[in-house]
Amino acid sequence: MNASQPSDRADQAEGETAFRRFFLNWSGVLGLVLVLIFLTWFETARPGGLRVSDLTWGVITFNTLVRVGIFTIVIVGLNILMGYAGQVSLGQAAFVGVGAFTTAIFITQGDTFGIPESFLTAWWWPWVLMAVGMVIAGVLAYWIGRPVLKLEGHYLAMATLGIGIVIFILFRENFGIQLSERVITGGFDGLPDVPRLSLGSLVIWPVNRFFILVWAIAVGVIVVGTNIVNSRTGNAMRAIRGSQLAADVMGIDTTRIKAQAFALSAVFAALAGSLFAHFQAAVSPNSFGFVASITFVVMAAIGGTKMIWGAPLGVLVVLAIEELLRSKLHLLVEGSGTEYEPIFFGLILILVMIFLPGGIAPEIKRLFTRSRTTRATADAATAGDSTS
Amino acid sequence: MRVVPMNAEVSVWVRRAVVIAGITIVVGFVMLYLGSQKNFGLAQYLQLAVEGLRGGAVYGLIALGYVTIYKVTDIVNFSQGAFAMVGAMTAVAVNDSEALASSSGGVRLIVAAVAGVLVATVVGVAVERFAVRPARRVERNVEPITLIIVTLGAFIVIQGVAFVIWGANQYTLPAFTTLEARDQTIRFGDVIVKAQSFWIWGSLVVVSIVLYYFFARTMPGKALRAAASNRLAARLMGISTSRMSLYAFGISAALTGLSGVIFAPATRPTYDMGLIIGIKGFVAAIIGGLTNPVGSVVGGLMLGLIENIGAGLTKAGLKDIFAFVILILVLLLRPKGILSRRQKVEKV
Repeated sequence: MNASQPSDRADQAEGETAFRRFFLNWSGVLGLVLVLIFLTWFETARPGGLRVSDLTWGVITFNTLVRVGIFTIVIVGLNILMGYAGQVSLGQAAFVGVGAFTTAIFITQGDTFGIPESFLTAWWWPWVLMAVGMVIAGVLAYWIGRPVLKLEGHYLAMATLGIGIVIFILFRENFGIQLSERVITGGFDGLPDVPRLSLGSLVIWPVNRFFILVWAIAVGVIVVGTNIVNSRTGNAMRAIRGSQLAADVMGIDTTRIKAQAFALSAVFAALAGSLFAHFQAAVSPNSFGFVASITFVVMAAIGGTKMIWGAPLGVLVVLAIEELLRSKLHLLVEGSGTEYEPIFFGLILILVMIFLPGGIAPEIKRLFTRSRTTRATADAATAGDSTS
Repeated sequence: MRVVPMNAEVSVWVRRAVVIAGITIVVGFVMLYLGSQKNFGLAQYLQLAVEGLRGGAVYGLIALGYVTIYKVTDIVNFSQGAFAMVGAMTAVAVNDSEALASSSGGVRLIVAAVAGVLVATVVGVAVERFAVRPARRVERNVEPITLIIVTLGAFIVIQGVAFVIWGANQYTLPAFTTLEARDQTIRFGDVIVKAQSFWIWGSLVVVSIVLYYFFARTMPGKALRAAASNRLAARLMGISTSRMSLYAFGISAALTGLSGVIFAPATRPTYDMGLIIGIKGFVAAIIGGLTNPVGSVVGGLMLGLIENIGAGLTKAGLKDIFAFVILILVLLLRPKGILSRRQKVEKV
């Protein structure tokens, strides 16, 4: 996007040492894990009969926090693609759908594909499908990505949007096959009766068990994402975002790196999709359309695409705003129902993008780093994007 | 004597011709096969084509709106579809309003159409003033994704307001010829054409001519073109680029609002019609190359034609697949649009 932001150079010159980066990231992970442990304890033990939703004025329920975890996995991938490799994707929801439908189809419709009954009832089968979904999404994205990622800017945005909608329609239309002949994706209604996950005989449900699983995976994805963007490949991605031509000249295989970033984001999306299917216990194509793709981009942009830590923040903020409007808007606008929600959501979106175009995460990091270093280095480090 | 090598340009054209001929033959056979399954004759194909071209003309008009804004400001305005919705819904509301109940149908419709275009223009100007401009002012080198989300936010707000006002109901606007919900039809052999189609095609032609005249011959039009081709130079010539940005949004919204008004009788306007029509218009603009008005009109017509014939031959639910498959093919084969010349070499 921008060839050489001054902050990039300042960052390299003043140098955020590898140790500090390591320290910040791991203290972040530790802090997140502590918060999660506290939340799990709070919801399970219910001190004084309170639940998590009571902590937040009834706005953020435990279910919302599970969704935050699931979407965080998607957004980490999207941040790597958008913030680091500099490639836009307006079709990410389709890859979430690939994961969700792989799980749902081969569990609920498995017998029509000739999959033996002993597999379908085995506890490990959903976990295998989770991996299969990730592989399918990754291969599909790599295969699509190689030609499509030659495009830039708005053209790429449009192409990914188109791909997303094509995949969405294939789901919605049961791959063009009459439902009376054969059910694959279940058309408009999707597929019901996706079972809960289990480990051996331990069923990962009720929701607090699922919460632990989702967030364990989400933290894992955050750690993996952080490591990727700080690796050689991550450096190559940043080089591509700076100037693709320059990256080419330096010997970076830009086509391959871009396709890899796209495939990685699709793999994360499919992983989240599979979890989403088990969470909802049903899969409907409407969760994976254009609006969902746009919501993901909005979450990424509000959190800040240039930091992996923007992902959980962006998701939390967007879902919190939605929930807040849903439950509390009637206090602000007298007698209003749900119909005023989108208006305020859109306004908040515009305001956030006007006043915090880099997203929320860099601002929060600025708060944390300012106390330790001089203001100048802190600004250089936060405004720069080689950290996560 | 000099040895003249085989001209590279010619061989490229030969190769292209072979590819295009090959694709045409394959697609033609597939079409004939699918058509024969449904017992299609020539009349059915023509019928599908006529209806496709009607939708395509609307896409073309909206695409012109995208091109106008993009050329002057480098912004892809994701709230474009909402302008069409505002135009259509305002026209419906004015046409149905109590205040005009005593006037004749024709007067009502004219007032409604003018109101639709005006309100859409006001909305477009408001989007520029209150969303796009502040976003550009805070940070100088604002990233495209920021502007995409800002205009998207504007879309959500506009659609939200429309939902509060009009609810989720489907409305109708009388056809321009009969002034009733039922439109006059004209038969050409076995092909039936609705009179509204001629209004739509006529508007496309008139709008194209007016726009051409405006941009080529009038002072404000030339100022807009100057701002589009080189912003800095235009500013040095005393052209206010921020005012040009405002004009571009106004003109574009007026155009798109008009397309909403004339399309309204051929469809059933709802508060959420803006999304799909906006995306299709954008697809048409991209097919045309995003900066080429002629290309975007051709792109719109092509898009309408192909998606309608494709859907007619297969399944109505698959209509959008054809639109986006065409989009992806065009992007991969001719990334700068169907009417583009050869790509220039990127400079550092």
